[in-house]
Amino acid sequence: MSDLRDLYQELIVDHYRHPHNFGPLAGANRRAEGFNPLCGDRLTLYLQVVDGVIEDARFEGSGCAISTASASLMTDALKGKTEAEVENLFAGFHALVAGGGDSPSTAALGKLEVLAGVREFPVRVKCATLAWHTLRAALREAGQPVSTE
Amino acid sequence: MNAAGPSQGAKAPLGGSAAHDVASVGARMNTMMNELARASAPETAETALAVARLRQDFPILHRTVNGKPLVYLDNAATSQKPRYVIECEARYYAELNANIHRGVHSLSQQATEAYEAARDTVRRFIHAARREEIVFVRGTTEAINLVAASYGQRLRPGDEVLITEMEHHSNIVPWQLLCERTGAVLRVAPIDDAGELRLDAFERLLGPATRIVALTQLSNALGTLNPVQRLVALAHAVGAVVLVDGAQAVAHLPVDVQALDCDFYAFSGHKLYGPTGIGVLYGKAALLDAMPPWQGGGDMIREVTFARTTYNDLPYKFEAGTPHIAGGIALGAAIDYVGMVGLPAIAAHEQALLAYATERAAGMAGLRLIGTARDKASILSFTVEGVHPHDVGTILDDEGVAVRAGHHCAMPVMAHFGVPATVRASFALYNTVEEVDVLMRAIRRAQEVFG
Repeated sequence: MSDLRDLYQELIVDHYRHPHNFGPLAGANRRAEGFNPLCGDRLTLYLQVVDGVIEDARFEGSGCAISTASASLMTDALKGKTEAEVENLFAGFHALVAGGGDSPSTAALGKLEVLAGVREFPVRVKCATLAWHTLRAALREAGQPVSTE
Repeated sequence: MNAAGPSQGAKAPLGGSAAHDVASVGARMNTMMNELARASAPETAETALAVARLRQDFPILHRTVNGKPLVYLDNAATSQKPRYVIECEARYYAELNANIHRGVHSLSQQATEAYEAARDTVRRFIHAARREEIVFVRGTTEAINLVAASYGQRLRPGDEVLITEMEHHSNIVPWQLLCERTGAVLRVAPIDDAGELRLDAFERLLGPATRIVALTQLSNALGTLNPVQRLVALAHAVGAVVLVDGAQAVAHLPVDVQALDCDFYAFSGHKLYGPTGIGVLYGKAALLDAMPPWQGGGDMIREVTFARTTYNDLPYKFEAGTPHIAGGIALGAAIDYVGMVGLPAIAAHEQALLAYATERAAGMAGLRLIGTARDKASILSFTVEGVHPHDVGTILDDEGVAVRAGHHCAMPVMAHFGVPATVRASFALYNTVEEVDVLMRAIRRAQEVFG
């Protein structure tokens, strides 16, 4: 019960209902699609990257509360960050939701920490990381849609 | 046990029943099976299933999940197994294990007899005319792939394969692969917004080029029952053969392949209270006989030289390698169990559950049923407004309720209804009205979490 409340915190439900940065991005110069074939979650991520800095980020698609809130919070967090900073953020976020390794320093994660409850629901980790895997693909400009499988 | 009581059940040996086994299976096997049957024979009231007592036969139903009693409503994915089946498989390995069809020693002969008795049990269960028509495979998927690979070899460019929009991926992709190999064309008969096959369109899509029609008897994503007998007759009228995907249907209604007049019928053991990894392809003997072998090796061979190999008779021509012996025998036990409970009684019980669940769902704001065909069985597929099916699934799981949340390996069905996924509750003989109530309360909780 408490685990479930940890998972579906108010902030997550809010971001699911009213996702930030939702919709296409005019002037995007990076784009990638993410797909989780197990559950059918899909999202398209748009980035505007200038001199290695993510100036803007938006997404669209359909997914569960966890994947939608994660994409919403991620796009908030990306703005103004360099690609190197984003890689560190992903490492920290992945450790937060997937566990394993040393307990991560969450100091820099900010609002993303609200997704920590996912750790207790291993089958939902892929929901939380779909947006991030898509982000990596966008930064590498991989032509293929990324898949969680 | 269709009002027969445990004593009749006790006579049903594992992997078969009736005179055949009594005459041919070793005395030791019989004793073992009788003991098992006595220990596990289900009991039912005369008019309705004594579900509370039947639930005692399924050990897993007594465990808890997340601190709550398990409410298992994912039977369309796989059903739970009665102790009768579990012990049958365990005792096969403990007391009878040997390779079959080749040993001169007693153990091998007894294992062979038990395995072949299971084949007879399957034959009776689906009312096939001959035991040679029962091919053991890994499951429905393998059965369909076998037909696509072997029977499919006769297809030529321009030939057509007709499927329906409600098929499971397993009854789509083997035909797509076949069409890619041969230049044949895949046609898809559409469904309407209730999830029923559009018969007029189906009929229009049939023609002189149609070689194979492949369709499900009971849709796993929608619960729609297809009028298979009628569809088979229509297909036969244009000279096509028909494969029926019985993966869902076989546990929920009596199947008579001769009455259906289908050419192939495929099903899995694990949705029928049996083990995973074993299933059945039924095929009309004349068709199977004319088909080339699929996989080579082991039981499918008569004689091998480097110049030429001749193949075994049916059904062994399609059973390469050492089969899943324990699985076959345990599938026979599962069919015996279903027979003891009585498939008509199971069907009636599940229909009552489905009707109750449908009524409860209709009374809940925000619930949308996906699949409202007039003729349905055992499956309630739905979405909850404002809550993604995956989140519903997680919240239900927290209440001990196991459902499937996803596309059910039927993405075209999801596309038809414009949803990425649904929540699916699917019933079996051991489910209860109280469990439907738990399901509905859990759905309400999901709505509250997102409220």
